[in-house]
Amino acid sequence: MNTPLSRFFNRYRKEGCLAVVLLFVAFWTIFFSRNTEANSFIQSLIESRFLSLRNLENLSRQVGMYGIFSLGMGLVIISGGIDLSVGSLMALFGTVFFFFLTGSHAWIPGMPWAPAILVLILFSVMVGVLHGWLIAKIRMPAFVVTLCGLLGYRGLAQTMTHDTAIGYYDAKFNVEGLESLLTGEIFGLPAAFITFIAICLIVYYLLHLSVFGRYLLALGRNEQAARYSGINTVLIMAFAYIICSVLAAVSALFFALYTADVVPSIHGNFFELYAIAGAVLGGCSLRGGEGTVIGIVLGTTVLLVLQNMVNLLGYDSSFSKVITALVILGGVLVDRFDIWRLLSRPKNAAAA
Amino acid sequence: MPPILQLSQISKSFGFVQALSKVDFEIAAGEIVGLIGENGAGKSTLMKILGGVHPPSTGQIRFDKAPVTIQGAKAAEQLGISFVHQELNLLDNIDIAGNIFLAREPRRFGCIDQRALHKMALPILEALGLHLDPRTSVSRLTNGQQQLVEIAKALSMDAKLLILDEPTSSLSIQEADTLLKLVKKMKGQGMAIIFISHRLSEVEKIADRVVGLRDGENAGELNAEEISRDRMISMMIGRDLSEVYPESNPVNTETVFSVENFSTRRWPKGNASFSVRAGEILGMAGLVGAGRSELAQALFGVDSSPSGTMSVNGQPLTRGKVKNTIANGVFLAPEDRKASGLILEMTIRENMTLNSLSQFSRRSRIDFKSERIQTDKWLREFGVKAPNAELPVSSLSGGNQQKVVLSKWMTLAPKVMIFDEPTRGIDMGARQEIYQAIVRLAETGCAILMISSDMEELLGMSHRIAVMHEGTLSGILNRNEFSEKAIMTLAVQQSLATSAS
Repeated sequence: MNTPLSRFFNRYRKEGCLAVVLLFVAFWTIFFSRNTEANSFIQSLIESRFLSLRNLENLSRQVGMYGIFSLGMGLVIISGGIDLSVGSLMALFGTVFFFFLTGSHAWIPGMPWAPAILVLILFSVMVGVLHGWLIAKIRMPAFVVTLCGLLGYRGLAQTMTHDTAIGYYDAKFNVEGLESLLTGEIFGLPAAFITFIAICLIVYYLLHLSVFGRYLLALGRNEQAARYSGINTVLIMAFAYIICSVLAAVSALFFALYTADVVPSIHGNFFELYAIAGAVLGGCSLRGGEGTVIGIVLGTTVLLVLQNMVNLLGYDSSFSKVITALVILGGVLVDRFDIWRLLSRPKNAAAA
Repeated sequence: MPPILQLSQISKSFGFVQALSKVDFEIAAGEIVGLIGENGAGKSTLMKILGGVHPPSTGQIRFDKAPVTIQGAKAAEQLGISFVHQELNLLDNIDIAGNIFLAREPRRFGCIDQRALHKMALPILEALGLHLDPRTSVSRLTNGQQQLVEIAKALSMDAKLLILDEPTSSLSIQEADTLLKLVKKMKGQGMAIIFISHRLSEVEKIADRVVGLRDGENAGELNAEEISRDRMISMMIGRDLSEVYPESNPVNTETVFSVENFSTRRWPKGNASFSVRAGEILGMAGLVGAGRSELAQALFGVDSSPSGTMSVNGQPLTRGKVKNTIANGVFLAPEDRKASGLILEMTIRENMTLNSLSQFSRRSRIDFKSERIQTDKWLREFGVKAPNAELPVSSLSGGNQQKVVLSKWMTLAPKVMIFDEPTRGIDMGARQEIYQAIVRLAETGCAILMISSDMEELLGMSHRIAVMHEGTLSGILNRNEFSEKAIMTLAVQQSLATSAS
């Protein structure tokens, strides 16, 4: 019972079940948004609003934008930590990015978009290094450090804009090509989604194929034993926060252009919680040391498809939060009692 | 004297597993019965039946001549059966008295009556010779004192039968001695005591009778005059044990590892200097808290140390840098294998290669195929009893877990290997395999430092024994000077000197 195939099923049993949930929600939405004037039943499903080009494009863009920062959060959660500052960071990054383009803040030099992106990424690395240093080296609790970030970064962004909006359309520097880069399409797919796929592959490599990933999982499970094995736990842990911060910056670029102006008081509100929810639903344990890229992606996607369902089917949008809450609660409850294992266990094995 | 407890033909099965089959056992008031057996022999199942955790599948329990069924821990308590478990179950944010009477506190107006609580605790502590204020916080007690508080808890329930499950496993030699004396005293007061221990010398010292279990069945019984270490071992493993400790001699006299004036964070004024030769096993003895594990951790570099130098083959090493220490071939198999030696939820394979992953990777990518092939090989080489290396380490027994820890380091060709309590909580069969592995390693010319609280193990395995006292190395004994007394003299120094005067 130790063939590569059985290993695969055992390892991905949670993800498999989550994929079933995803398909169920998708079919539900397709069925209830079907085109009732179509000639045949199949035709009516194909012409459903869920499967319309506009909806799929919108949905994949959302999956891309939310997925990018959720992957970063996933890595931090796997390391045994948490990053509550992601949403506020996205507001700050968006604000700073637009200040680069407009040059309208006294302390921030204006510049064209290409160097602006570069400087923003560098800035996000610095933020990640700061988090990593405080948490991994100084050993402050991640919750406290990033909670301060949650308050501080948004407050900083609000202060910089005097609590008003800052818009992309006020840009004074060269923004040629920026819009098509971030909101346009590549091979007919939204740029955010393509970027997301690329980042997924990189994170998959990091987490599942590289030495770093093994160390990260080990660190999340048992930091002391990892240290006793000669692993530089401080560096590995700090690296998780750096990746999280950089991915938040990448995602922030897409969100800034998507909304076209950044209102720091609401931009990216609760995004850290969506990311945590997606990761936890996807099988990451908040105790650390557990989680897969596929799980995080599926978890995030399920949440967004649920949201999409509520919008398309005209359910009360306030109610979508309740549905989301119930799905997460149910998912974790099922995990708690390891029902995945019971479902996927062959019958003869159960008897033995 | 009629037995206070009589178990007859007790059987217990879990599913298809027969944990106990037709076990007989009896004990009289004022008697100490040693219960011995390897891990998995059924000792704990039998005790769980007495504790009301599991009902027996068949068989009869008579307590005080009356047949009883014990359902739940409360029922056991009411009968007068008290347990002291291997692990300390104290709340260290509550004082001694509060722990003794936990959940049975005297109340006054719905609040805990602190004054009455402390008054009730005092005579029990006195009886145990524990001259401490009952208001002392448990966190400030030594392991030995905490174990005594556990016993106080058991005594406070008016126990007629006291079950001590490995009560000395976390105690120093001296503390264990105190405890044994106390147990004898309680026997004199008419209490029946079941004493479970892996430390056979203790059983030998204290038991009036020894009952052995093997594979869930009675394996025999020894009367007072028959009790001896050899007979106990052969009863436990079902065959004669000609030699537990393999013979070994240092291959040459070249010094590999030398440590000068080392101190630790816990004992910054301590001073340890010693050297280990190639192929030599240097045992390290001392009381719990003497700073042996701290020294090991400081040498390995996972803990910082204020002062000292060390060198391997004449080449000096930097203090406090694990990476550097490992690169120079100095490894540590730590004391607490579950907390620092292994990552329990990860697979055997992942644990075995965690410290040597660079060997199984090209640039940063892990080569899973060569990792699998190699770990399967190690699995067989070290005799880890598991069908394959893809199982989580948590599914293994203690002995097999320790073999994984050993294989993890021993395959890296150590120059210096530090073992901290290598056989704690491991049964005799697996112990022997570990001893053999250590000796084999020494024969390759590795210098070995073996910290142990098991006196027999130290005497049986070491070529020399270094003794620690309060962070300072108080002496090194050669083989011809070996004796329990000589070790104790060095280990307790001050306290002996003061008690003599």
